[in-house]
Amino acid sequence: MSRVEILIGGVGGQGVVLSGILLGTGATLFGGKKAVQTQSYSSELRGGSARAEVIISEEPVSDPQVRRPDILILLAEDALPKYIGRVRPRGLVVIDSDLVKGIQPGEYEILSVPATSIADKEMGNTVVANLIILGALIKRTGLLPVEAMEKAIEMSVPKKAIALNLNAFRRGLQLS
Amino acid sequence: MSELVHPFHRFIRPSVTHTTFCPGCGDGIVAQSILRAIDGLGMDLDDFVFVSGIGCAAWIPSPFFNADVLHTTHGRPIAFAFGIKMGLPEKKVMVVSGDGDLVAIGGNHLIQNARRNVEMVVICINNGIYGMTGGQAAPTTPMGIRTTTTPYGTVENTFNISRLVIAAGASFVACWTTFHPRQLTSSIEKAIQKKGFAFIEVFSQCPIQFGRKTGVGSAVQMMEDYKKRSISPKEAAKLSEEELRGKIVVGELVDIEKPEMLEEVKRMKNKAKGGSE
Amino acid sequence: MNEKRVLTGRYFMMGNVACAEGAIAAGCEFTAGYPITPATEIANRLAERLPQVGGGFFQMEDEISAIAAVIGASWAGRKAMTVTSGPGISLMLENIGFAVGVETPCVIVNVQRGAPTTGMPTVGVQGDMVQARRGSHGDYEIIALCPSSPQEMFDHTVIAFNYAETYRTPVFILSDAFVGHMREEVIIPEPEKIRTVYRKIPESGTDPQKIRGFLDEDVAPMPIFGKGFKAHVTSSCHDEYGKRNLIDISALDKFIRKLSNKILKHKEEITIVERDYEGAEIVLVSYGAVARAAATAASQARKEGIPVGTLRLITVWPFPGEEIEKMARKAKQVIVLENNLGQIYPYIKAEAAHFAEVSFLPPRLVGEIQDPEDILRKIREVSK
Repeated sequence: MSRVEILIGGVGGQGVVLSGILLGTGATLFGGKKAVQTQSYSSELRGGSARAEVIISEEPVSDPQVRRPDILILLAEDALPKYIGRVRPRGLVVIDSDLVKGIQPGEYEILSVPATSIADKEMGNTVVANLIILGALIKRTGLLPVEAMEKAIEMSVPKKAIALNLNAFRRGLQLS
Repeated sequence: MSELVHPFHRFIRPSVTHTTFCPGCGDGIVAQSILRAIDGLGMDLDDFVFVSGIGCAAWIPSPFFNADVLHTTHGRPIAFAFGIKMGLPEKKVMVVSGDGDLVAIGGNHLIQNARRNVEMVVICINNGIYGMTGGQAAPTTPMGIRTTTTPYGTVENTFNISRLVIAAGASFVACWTTFHPRQLTSSIEKAIQKKGFAFIEVFSQCPIQFGRKTGVGSAVQMMEDYKKRSISPKEAAKLSEEELRGKIVVGELVDIEKPEMLEEVKRMKNKAKGGSE
Repeated sequence: MNEKRVLTGRYFMMGNVACAEGAIAAGCEFTAGYPITPATEIANRLAERLPQVGGGFFQMEDEISAIAAVIGASWAGRKAMTVTSGPGISLMLENIGFAVGVETPCVIVNVQRGAPTTGMPTVGVQGDMVQARRGSHGDYEIIALCPSSPQEMFDHTVIAFNYAETYRTPVFILSDAFVGHMREEVIIPEPEKIRTVYRKIPESGTDPQKIRGFLDEDVAPMPIFGKGFKAHVTSSCHDEYGKRNLIDISALDKFIRKLSNKILKHKEEITIVERDYEGAEIVLVSYGAVARAAATAASQARKEGIPVGTLRLITVWPFPGEEIEKMARKAKQVIVLENNLGQIYPYIKAEAAHFAEVSFLPPRLVGEIQDPEDILRKIREVSK
């Protein structure tokens, strides 16, 4: 696929934008691809709705807006009704199954990841649930090389949080 | 035949042939005090950048002083001066403007830069009226006075400008009237040398728009009135707020040392470069 | 700690951050602003990076003082910039006119957001396009650039400084929340590959009375402060020496015309457009991020055999009317696309309508750039 559109929906504080940045950084700087990442969020910094959009492509990205996501990542129940109708037919919907309960089968695949409970039980920190999701996504789709994502994580998160984030990402890689 | 030339003629822009001030205006006295102070310190006008806003007083440096002069929009000279000082820290930056400009429309820049304690001299000529536009009420017009926009008398309380600037945190504040040119000159000298925000309020007569309309009278009568109303901070300390009404507390009201912003900026830059603070 | 002025390298960088880096690479030393979404990332980056290279970002009490301080610093000889969004520009307008009137080089970044009034701060809209041109009172000309990517946030900021310094005028970057918050590959070149310009100033030692520091259509040397030029700088009507004249209408006429002609005379060297309409019968005209959707649609249409081209305005002001006419003479249909309800459209129509059919396609939702599918639909409709 030459152009992959990814939409990540959640609430502020879940690392929605960071997930987008990691995919974009991994693709652009370490994956030999081109990427555009955009975002939207409401004015409250925590708890308001947050959305990140990423387009990964072999070619420079012309239209920079996600129109019909090939991959929809849902990190909150609120995001489900907002975005589920936009998924491209036969697209992939990745959900944090601890937080998104109401998903119905449709013309899409569902990758269900209990990310929050794994993060809580195994990492002791629910804040890295998004990294577990990213790991599972990479494992399922091969969208980007694992090393590219790992380098992006090392580059983008605070130094003292690198190990935690890498662990969570790698844990995600074991799921499918 | 030798020609008689005023000793401060050298400070006046050569293209200027006359002043724009009305007969009896106090601005000439303030202008002379500023130039006397600069001369007294043995400084040159090239050591300065003058900044002014809108209104009669703003025309003191612009165009008369033969120096770098930025004549700005209404109320904003201190904000412009901030940028000039940051760009040319080695120069003295002096703002000369009126009470309407600095305290009404520009009041926030006045108090914010007093708070910052950024080194500059601000001379606020307080004539208690909008002179240039034809005698409208200012935040400094005494209550009850009839002006063109308050035909039934003003209904607002007034600012005590010096107190305002003291409260905002300036490190030097003085207040004089045009009856006190020597004291004013001496305070301007100190203000120029002050490492910090130095503010001088000067009560100055506007015989045309204030004196004539309020019945206080001519320039001379207005200056005599200033003399009568002026008291020292020491005397003022003994009076109640009620007794102080109508009085002008003249003198050097504040002269303290406190962190000055340019010095702090220098320190911050060293820190950013990885050096010691 | 990074003390390099130019951070040469390849990045996945946010547009707003790239803008800050562009300013620093262009030699900007003084910046002032007031916090406002969606422009804050520029201020934050400047506040961190500028002191490392000897400059500074100063947070002012409001946007009025921010632009005032920038103009002051520019007269103090520093390259200077302010960053804000629509509400901040509204407050700055009087002093932007001042900067035009006394010919002050400075850069003004407007990361546009949902408007009018406080609107919707995080949504990108091209809503202040005409404000930049007409917002301050009186007749004047302005220069404005419209970046469509983080790379252009860097590149255009460098160009904006060079234009500001060359023509002694405020220059706008008209970005928006979408582009400002967009992350994409940004390549910062080697310092020696970045062309920077500094204003012309009078020769030192020139007799101050002989300095003609204003109102030259070919840009007068700027008698910056602190050099003994004894500059009298007033925004009131003045002559080429800076001398105030508040009585002769002929002086006012000269004041207005010289200022405007200074930009208009150099319009050709200022104008930057991207033309891709060779052989096209339908031309999509747009600017900023919308141009990327337009390019997608045009390329799709060509695959379908419809001869569609694009014209992208990189400098929207001064309005490149000649470019519009040149294009319209070759086209049969012109479709104008903006992320607003049609701000530049009337200007384009005025130049193009004599030669071609001109229509406007707004986005389905203002705040989301046009869907290439919708553009294609419109193309098919007009090609019938």
